[in-house]
Amino acid sequence: MSVRASAKAAVLPLLLGACQYQHYQSDFGGAAVEDRQFLTLFWIFIAVCAFMYVLVIAFLIAGIARARRVDANIVETGRHHHSNPLMRSTLIGWTALIGVGLAGLAIASFFTDRSMARAATNQKLSVTVTGNQWWWDIEYNAADASKTLRTANELHLPVGVPTRIFLNSNDVIHSFWVPSLAGKQDLIPGRKNDITVLPTRVGVFRGPCAEFCGLQHAHMSLVVVVEPYADFIKWWDHQLQPAPQPTTPLALAGYKYVTTGPCSTCHAIGGTPANGQVGPDLTHLASRKSLAAGTMPMGEGNLYGWVEDPQSLKPGVNMPTIGLEPGQLHAVVAYLETLK
Amino acid sequence: MTDIRADAFDSMPARERERARVEEENRRLARERKKIARDGPKLTGEKLAARLDLAWRRPPGIVGWLATVDHKEIGRRYILTALGFLVLGGIMALFMRLQLARPDNAMIGAERYNQLFSMHGSTMMFLFAVPVMEGVAVYIIPLMLGTRSTAFPRLNAFSYYMYLFGGLLLWIAFVLNMAPDVGWFEYTPLSGPQYSPGKHTDIWAQMVTYTEVAALAAAVVLVCTILKARAPGMTLARMPLFAWAMLVEGIMIIFAMPAVALVTTVLLIPDRLVGTQFFNAGEGGDALLFQHMFWFFGHPEVYIIFLPATGFVSVIVETFCRRPVFAHSVVVLALISTGILSFGLWVHHMFATGLPRVGYSFFTAASISVSVPTGLQIFCWLATMWDGRPRFEVPMLYVVGFIFTFVIGGLTGVILAAVPLDLQLHDTYFVVAHLHYVLIGGAVFPLLGIFTYWFPKITGRMMNERLGKIGFWLVFFGFHATFLPMHWSGMLGMPRRVYTYPAGLGLEVPNLISTVGAFVLAFGVVLFVANGLLSLYRGAIAGPNPWGAASLEWATSSPPPVYNFEHMPVVDSDTPLWDTDGELPVVSGLRVDQKEMLLTTVVAATPDVREPVPQASLWPFVSACAVGLVFAASIFSAWAVPFGLIPCGIALIAWFWPKDMKRHPEPIIS
Amino acid sequence: MSSRFRASCILLLAAAALTVSACNREEHHSRAKPIGENIPAGASPPTIFPGGGSPPPLDARAALYDNNANAIGKGQQLFIQMNCVGCHSHGGGGMGPPLIDDQWRYGGRIDQIATTIAVGRPNGMPAWRGKLTADQIWDLAAYVRSLSGLPSKDAVSSRSEGMSAGTPQTLTPHGEIYNSDSAQQ
Repeated sequence: MSVRASAKAAVLPLLLGACQYQHYQSDFGGAAVEDRQFLTLFWIFIAVCAFMYVLVIAFLIAGIARARRVDANIVETGRHHHSNPLMRSTLIGWTALIGVGLAGLAIASFFTDRSMARAATNQKLSVTVTGNQWWWDIEYNAADASKTLRTANELHLPVGVPTRIFLNSNDVIHSFWVPSLAGKQDLIPGRKNDITVLPTRVGVFRGPCAEFCGLQHAHMSLVVVVEPYADFIKWWDHQLQPAPQPTTPLALAGYKYVTTGPCSTCHAIGGTPANGQVGPDLTHLASRKSLAAGTMPMGEGNLYGWVEDPQSLKPGVNMPTIGLEPGQLHAVVAYLETLK
Repeated sequence: MTDIRADAFDSMPARERERARVEEENRRLARERKKIARDGPKLTGEKLAARLDLAWRRPPGIVGWLATVDHKEIGRRYILTALGFLVLGGIMALFMRLQLARPDNAMIGAERYNQLFSMHGSTMMFLFAVPVMEGVAVYIIPLMLGTRSTAFPRLNAFSYYMYLFGGLLLWIAFVLNMAPDVGWFEYTPLSGPQYSPGKHTDIWAQMVTYTEVAALAAAVVLVCTILKARAPGMTLARMPLFAWAMLVEGIMIIFAMPAVALVTTVLLIPDRLVGTQFFNAGEGGDALLFQHMFWFFGHPEVYIIFLPATGFVSVIVETFCRRPVFAHSVVVLALISTGILSFGLWVHHMFATGLPRVGYSFFTAASISVSVPTGLQIFCWLATMWDGRPRFEVPMLYVVGFIFTFVIGGLTGVILAAVPLDLQLHDTYFVVAHLHYVLIGGAVFPLLGIFTYWFPKITGRMMNERLGKIGFWLVFFGFHATFLPMHWSGMLGMPRRVYTYPAGLGLEVPNLISTVGAFVLAFGVVLFVANGLLSLYRGAIAGPNPWGAASLEWATSSPPPVYNFEHMPVVDSDTPLWDTDGELPVVSGLRVDQKEMLLTTVVAATPDVREPVPQASLWPFVSACAVGLVFAASIFSAWAVPFGLIPCGIALIAWFWPKDMKRHPEPIIS
Repeated sequence: MSSRFRASCILLLAAAALTVSACNREEHHSRAKPIGENIPAGASPPTIFPGGGSPPPLDARAALYDNNANAIGKGQQLFIQMNCVGCHSHGGGGMGPPLIDDQWRYGGRIDQIATTIAVGRPNGMPAWRGKLTADQIWDLAAYVRSLSGLPSKDAVSSRSEGMSAGTPQTLTPHGEIYNSDSAQQ
């Protein structure tokens, strides 16, 4: 294969690869107004910067190409204190060009920034996200107190509705970042931050924590589901329901263990005696798409592994390895799977 | 026995008495002057060299080795120690890249990986980047300025020992499984007492203070040397651009370093050791205070690393294009304005923290405008190449590599300066790519070039040209293979400081390419070091000026004698060796039986004072041990501070005890 | 033995001692042995034994937790999360006895404190076995000991985040253990 053909062959999978993944967790997602504004400004910057770079490299190559000529202003010809007068005017032109280019970029950045700040005044939905070491505590705020919803690690947003997300932290600094939707904002203990997102495309997105927060920073991700407004309301109403009563004997045994054993010390399940506030809310655990804050997809096998030994999947996490007997494990997982 | 003259003296009228007394004084001085030997037409050549060597060389043995105040010896130690830390930090990076080569890799666990990247960052930033620049400057600046020693040579020695002890503290802690694992900048409250139990964070915090004290001391030495110890006739306008870069860098260090020493030793360690509340929001503190103070240091820090590299590029461009750098005064002004502007940028590291947006716009504008002076410097170097006749030996290759690489880094910096863009790109691999482009492209490439360039001066042998060229291409392509894909993986959503990433996000290919590139880059660096070692024993012998360069360090032998120059050179242009065909004018009159250097005025460099230079002394080493022990002990107990003041006080008093109380009135050299 | 040999021996021993001591303080025991064992009621070391005699030997697990900075840090977080402050405040006591003094009704050794937490005690101390794992209970015990200044100061964290609650643990005077029961004097 010729060099050019093999280069093309290498580039194409990269580009296609990017295209495939740009929906999920990438700046190219363009799934919200904020990310689209980012992309527009980014391409403007890239265009101007690329132009400047090409100029610099052209100048460099020209300088190299002239290396062999005879009439240089160098010490060997004794003219090393003279300079080409063209250089002086080029210097002034160069300065002017840099100045104008950078000023233009700064102004473009300022206007984009202002329009992003303006969007924050327009919110219709309000959510509070609290960062903990290595999971996300999510509370949907509502004027009616009976409609406030507490969930964990998965955020649902209605498409086309500006949402204001308030950001707190219970321990160290985390950062809320869903690349396909918007830029990031830190969750700082003792500070009230917020971010506004206006999603424009339906889909499922992933948002990794973007500020180093300790041992398992790599495994602290938020799953964001953007859906049509009607589906969102249906989801909210469903999440407000308490956990269903277990029907099978295995699930009943699991229910008994979960509500009286160590699980209820830290976790809460709506409609049951389990009311721990330390760990994520589990009321509708099985309806979520991921487990352990985006560490692995929700599924029976992963649930088994996580409940039995969280320390081997996410070493250092605050959930202890209890060491359940096999019978207890089957019962617990059977019960957790009913929490849809 | 009565003195007949005394009787005669008493009987003279008052004015006669006065005149007689003055004549007696003059005769006494003339006798004294005959006893003091000074260099000059009567004492020159072999005899002069022997006398100077006797006066300037240090005592033999281990005591003399520890007590040296010779700037060349200290500079060599700085460079070798920094290169050792470069290799250690690089090994950390290679392990990190191995872990990240595949998604969901289980080669290195979370705890160990966090230690690896914390050690990599801390080693590279605190133990390699600034000290190696200081080391090169400490070696070369007195030679380049035409003087025999730096100002404050014992402070210079103290600075090296503090740096060495700080580095040892960190790396011994790593071996003892006490390595810091919360990053190279350790934000609170993660680094606070509740979320970072144990002593590893305190070790990082104190290591920073060791290196800060060392850098501060070296900066004071360099600034005073550059301002007061130049050769006669070397006005500020004729001073080489490297000296200008070190002057600005030294002043920046003096203003920037105290901030980080404060935030680590005075704020963070008391929070962890005695329960102060500086960073505790629940008691009125603020976690962001740490970030503000750290980045007030942290942003100038990267320019502290970069400015000496611009000095290196100016030196190499001048010699290899056979002409002085175009628009010398523009470059000087660019250096000064970069230095000043860099203090107004620090909040661009905090764009995601939720500070008021209008304030952010100010920092965007400042961050974008700081690239203007650097852009002008690049123009001047390119114009020098255009106007001159560039020769592409290894140092010049590194300068070309620098232009290709650093300009990309600078432009991604402009991208990151815009708040809306930074909010997506902050704390992703895009920033990792940017910072390595500007630090490796902007500082390490010129550094490798300048090692090749000044290797003959330091060791007396040339580095192998062919190995050097192969090394350059390996380093260049390895670097781009490693860090170019990181722009991509950052934009595909890969955050920083993650020990693994999930499959299915498109991150596999960029990370694998980065890992392969990292090993190519490492191989190139190994080749460079091997070239250095090989050339040390087998390289071609170099004369005093193998490159045909213009500045004063090439006017003495390679390696220079311990006293640098036999006679003090005098300059009347900015390219002294090019404008005086063979015969450099000198000034004579310095003492040869004692260590003495010539101080000149700050701007016009007219000869001012003959300054005695301190003898070799163990007290800098002892003081560094005392201070170092206090810092290390205060990690474990607050009582170390008051009790530690006693040995520190004793060591410092012994150091500064006045050596000579007699007055020696001598006329000023005209 | 030549003096240089002796000097290097001493240096090596010092380095080894430093290594060993440092290792334990900074160790992470996220998978500490035993994995997930809830302390059954009968197996706890007796803390009250009438008629003199000697206290039982120290549990083997004590070495893993007693001066371990990470265990004390985890215990500090658990102390607040499990609402121990509800009865003991931050060691000053309230409904429950103070934890910052020298009086230990049921023993101040780490295994005795762990037992107290696991099996509960009369007059209101709940039993946490079955609610917390052994690892968590031992972490809490390590932290409780730090409230009265018993572990070495370099393993202890000075304060917690949030509102301040008394003397920082690194400045607490070194404690002793005095038992109320005269049978154990």
